[in-house]
Amino acid sequence: MTTDLTRRTAAELASSIASGEVSAVEVTQAHLDRIAKVDEKVHAFLHVDAEGALGAARAVDAKRAKGERLGPLAGVPLALKDLFTTRGLPTTCGSKILEGWLPPYDATVTRRLREADVVILGKSNMDEFAMGSSTENSAYGPTRNPWDLERIPGGSGGGSAAALASYESPLAIGTDTGGSIRQPGAVTGTVGVKPTYGGVSRYGMVAFSSSLDQGGPCARTVLDAALLHEVIAGHDPLDSTSIDAPVPGVVEAARAGVRDGIKGLRVGVVKQFAGEGYQAGVMQRFEESVALLRELGAEVVEVDCPSFDYALPAYYLIAPSECSSNLARFDAMRYGLRAGDDGNHSAEEVTALTREAGFGPEVKRRIMLGTYALSSGYYDAYYGQAQKVRTLITRDFDAAFGRVDVMVSPTTPTTAFKIGERADDPMAMYLADLCTIPTNLAGNAGMSLPCGLAPEDGLPVGLQILAPAMADDRLYRVGAALEAALLQQWGRPLLDAVPAL
Amino acid sequence: MTATTEELMDLEEALARFDPVMGLEVHVELGTNTKMFCSCPTEFGAEPNTQVCPTCLGLPGALPVVNEIGVESAIRIGLALNCEIAEWCRFARKNYFYPDMPKNFQTSQYDEPIAYNGYLDVEVDGRTFRIEIERAHMEEDTGKSTHVGGATGRIHGADYSLVDYNRAGIPLIEIVTRPIEVPGHLSAAVARAYVAELRDLIVALGVSEARMERGQMRADVNLSLKPTGAKKLGTRSETKNVNSLRSIERAARFEIQRHAAVLASGGTIVQETRHFHEDKGTTTSGRVKEEAEDYRYFPEPDLVPIAPSREWVEQLRATLPELPGARRKRLAADWEISEFEMQSVVNAGALDLIEATVAAGADAASARKWWLGELARAANEQAVELAELPITPAHVARIVVLVAAGELSDKLARQVIEGVLAGEGDPDAVVAARGLKVVSDDGALLAAIDEAIAANPAVAEKIRGGNHAAAGVIIGAVMKATKGQADAAKVKELTLSRLA
Ligand SMILES: [Zn+2]
Repeated sequence: MTTDLTRRTAAELASSIASGEVSAVEVTQAHLDRIAKVDEKVHAFLHVDAEGALGAARAVDAKRAKGERLGPLAGVPLALKDLFTTRGLPTTCGSKILEGWLPPYDATVTRRLREADVVILGKSNMDEFAMGSSTENSAYGPTRNPWDLERIPGGSGGGSAAALASYESPLAIGTDTGGSIRQPGAVTGTVGVKPTYGGVSRYGMVAFSSSLDQGGPCARTVLDAALLHEVIAGHDPLDSTSIDAPVPGVVEAARAGVRDGIKGLRVGVVKQFAGEGYQAGVMQRFEESVALLRELGAEVVEVDCPSFDYALPAYYLIAPSECSSNLARFDAMRYGLRAGDDGNHSAEEVTALTREAGFGPEVKRRIMLGTYALSSGYYDAYYGQAQKVRTLITRDFDAAFGRVDVMVSPTTPTTAFKIGERADDPMAMYLADLCTIPTNLAGNAGMSLPCGLAPEDGLPVGLQILAPAMADDRLYRVGAALEAALLQQWGRPLLDAVPAL
Repeated sequence: MTATTEELMDLEEALARFDPVMGLEVHVELGTNTKMFCSCPTEFGAEPNTQVCPTCLGLPGALPVVNEIGVESAIRIGLALNCEIAEWCRFARKNYFYPDMPKNFQTSQYDEPIAYNGYLDVEVDGRTFRIEIERAHMEEDTGKSTHVGGATGRIHGADYSLVDYNRAGIPLIEIVTRPIEVPGHLSAAVARAYVAELRDLIVALGVSEARMERGQMRADVNLSLKPTGAKKLGTRSETKNVNSLRSIERAARFEIQRHAAVLASGGTIVQETRHFHEDKGTTTSGRVKEEAEDYRYFPEPDLVPIAPSREWVEQLRATLPELPGARRKRLAADWEISEFEMQSVVNAGALDLIEATVAAGADAASARKWWLGELARAANEQAVELAELPITPAHVARIVVLVAAGELSDKLARQVIEGVLAGEGDPDAVVAARGLKVVSDDGALLAAIDEAIAANPAVAEKIRGGNHAAAGVIIGAVMKATKGQADAAKVKELTLSRLA
């Protein structure tokens, strides 16, 4: 194990703390120091809670001193996406409209992390209200990709992914509405998982699109992601859409993937995710990974999911529709920004002025799209039609999963693009989520893990693995097996190639 | 908005020229212990903003969870209204901005209500009218705004507004009728009778106290007119939050007269919401619906569909209590009165009181006589409801028992009632304190009779001669001498035997 605590995996840190080799305070302090040193350049964090983190670390050390049993991630630091409420700690969702808001309650994910003695370092940057694929839509400035500071770290969870790739944190939490965990994972060379919809509680996760949003783990290794997955997942009576069933055994699956391999596993390559718009180096690394899966004993077949072609347009009707309603509550009346309250404006005008000043252009664009799509007379043609596409996509998945155990594709068609490159072209930006969106629409599970660097630009490429709903364990089994094989090929973790900051 | 004086047409003329069509939307606040989508308490009258949590305040990230008792209450109401109960239904979001609505959408139901296609029979003027129920659906209440300063008490022109979110999220059931077309002169009365019947049904189900003065039950009165005999419906007005039975009748009448005046002068009715003014019995224009409010309904993605099992529904149906209509029929039979007579009992608000009085030992006829007579008069004089009088069914039953035993005459009984109402104690205490007792001691009475005969010799002669009617003079004198405490019948009997 390396002596640099920030280079260790979460699993290693947990066992080092449990064995007493290092204290949780030392681990936390090492990461706070790293943040102090590099986050000025990366801007992964919107808010660092050094005091709270050290307090939590001290509590872990005290527990250990008393001989109490520690959880599997006790004392391990984590970056929490700023979409989750944290009692008494700023929660902005990357928006000016929530600047200064101190939530009076913890999200269920936050509570579970605290109960597991995970050390929350702070809140990570994101596209405003999780709307974006580059973190350029954060009202507090973009996060930069540690591989190349001129490039985007993906989005919306660019802060979480960049915190991992810059060694500011070994673990992070993201949320995935159309790819916001997986696409940042792909372009930063990290692992990100969108669990089955309903697998992780949405209580206290500020809603963008309620029927698509799903919180999930981000890490540098598949096993670390699995350990975090088991901490945050499970039924929550406060979320009616939370699944009341045992959490799939993802940690065991990750171990089994390395131990037992994937011989006989049926893998489907999605026909629709290739062709025009896909970067050559991305396709090359993807195809090499498929070949590697075959070498590992998997049976690879092509699967045809024709409805996936309509996923993007359906998504851009459903997500904005729900967001137009979810974001209506930001009206300056009870919390957050209030503009124009000078005695000369009516309540209605104050609401309008606040929303004008507090929301960024992408959020406004989606609120308007959604308001239009839900309008009477248009509902059937837009929202209604999109829901039908959703049903068709689910059927395509069902049919495919009748033939294969998992499906694979590139996570995103290209490697990290330059900051500003797609900022004025929403359609180009939306294409980044082309391969990830169908899974959100169908509610099943997906993972992105690094599968190499594109030869033409030396930037990370992500492989996406998709599994049926409540079969999240398959992601980990395949992911861990492939990760081990790739590691063997490379001789060192991909992230070791990240330039020094 | 400046209030303009509305032209009104004489009601009789209006009803001669037009047929009113009404629709009633009634909101009932359920009496559940907790709110519809969170576990906050629902107690009435708590300090503002003390019964709130992230969910009912609409804080970012908070999510709703359905209150099972709320669903159960909705199903029971649906069953009592003879509705079909949906096998599968969803909540929907109704989107509009208002400061007292925490999320700026109301979680409601749209095209998939929990109950639909029902009816409720109401009686007016001895006739039964079947009011068809289109739907009954679940939703949540909003917070309560108080607009301070300004002339109208409305948000426009107020200096500032205060919002109490204690009410936000309290479960509501909205019950919507199909268009009601009844003979015009009865329409306002039918509207009132329907809401009264609905209130009694809700109370009988035990799902809400349905106290209109507390806003636990609120009615919107939709009304349109069409020329007598015409088929095509006219444009309607929606008079919001009419909060007493009397106001429903008044609001309906006012709108009939207003619509008629507008239509007769060649004008058109604007589709709009209107506010009812309790003090003047008038309505004024509220929001004009020219932009035809678009609520952008869509299925609530934060909640899962509700699919009440048929077993559950049947179990709820089997355990429904006796409903008001059935109860009235039963009691009318028990008390041997007609449905028409029963209606006056109901209209007087005396049903529960008489039933309780009978249960406390009185005979039905006497109980009815006192509550609808002496006590109704007293309530009317004091301008209070019968039930608000400071006399209990047990008191009335005791008085009935005393009269039946001959210990009180009707006249004395009235004095006892007067004493109880004046706060002098229960009937026995009043009897004792006022020394009210029928004088039935023959000796004392005979002395008084002899005295009266001696004082009226000519009358005594007539009686002896067989003119029994003349006994009234003697009786009157005796009653006067005994300060009314003598039993008149007894006095007559003794007088006649004395002069036989
Ligand atoms: Zn609440």
